[in-house]
Amino acid sequence: METSLRVGTLMSIINYVHFEFPSLPENVSFARSCVGAFVSQLNCTLDDIEEIKLVVSEAVSNCIIHGYGNRNDGKIEIMASLRDDRSLELTIKDYGKGIENLEQALQPSYSSDPNRMGLGFTFMKSFMDEMEISSQPREGTSVLLKRHFLNRERQAYA
Amino acid sequence: MEVEYKTIRNTLVVRIKGELDMLVADKMRQEIDRRLEENSIKNLIFNLEKVTFIDSSGLGVIIGRYKKVSAVNGRMFIVGAKNPVEKILHFSGVNRLVPMYSSEQDIINL
Repeated sequence: METSLRVGTLMSIINYVHFEFPSLPENVSFARSCVGAFVSQLNCTLDDIEEIKLVVSEAVSNCIIHGYGNRNDGKIEIMASLRDDRSLELTIKDYGKGIENLEQALQPSYSSDPNRMGLGFTFMKSFMDEMEISSQPREGTSVLLKRHFLNRERQAYA
Repeated sequence: MEVEYKTIRNTLVVRIKGELDMLVADKMRQEIDRRLEENSIKNLIFNLEKVTFIDSSGLGVIIGRYKKVSAVNGRMFIVGAKNPVEKILHFSGVNRLVPMYSSEQDIINL
């Protein structure tokens, strides 16, 4: 897969995980716990881990609610890799209906569903250093997120 | 995740335990709305003391109920929110709309 290829070509990856699961609401908590546990290897702060869990929760909820329209039989993939510069690269991908108007979807407070707050992408952008979205109508959406962490010891003095 | 509902005069207290995400948000929203309508309750207290995680699905339930309660001139409060939940409530600006207190007792004393 893409991640394992990069281990060979880019020596900076120190660890990676790749998993997939069906678009069941039960799996939102599973996914964020998994990625949270994976990131904790970087010896970052508990606040950092909570922020990553929130970001994963938002991205996976988007896949289920918007990508698959709350269907339970869609496939969601998560690829996470840690690099030796203490950074995390995260890809969350669905094969759902895609986003017709990406610019509109990225507006803070915009939601296609009146019961929702439109905060998902805002949280992802705020708590990560980089966010890239690729989406094709009827093919799916992939969100790439990057975040660099300070050493816990260094952060304490920052 | 467990939710306990308690009605005190015209106030509904919702005590939530666990993680507040999309798995539980819809059901909780329907249950709160049903109780608000059936018992003609005006005020709402969310006790988040035992909530360990909240995302935008959970915030949506809180903000949506705030709009509902405000529309009938009721009052809404959040009590007991701790980090990381408290941080998200501040980050999203919910704390500017809904007064936050440390315990249910603080509101009774108001």
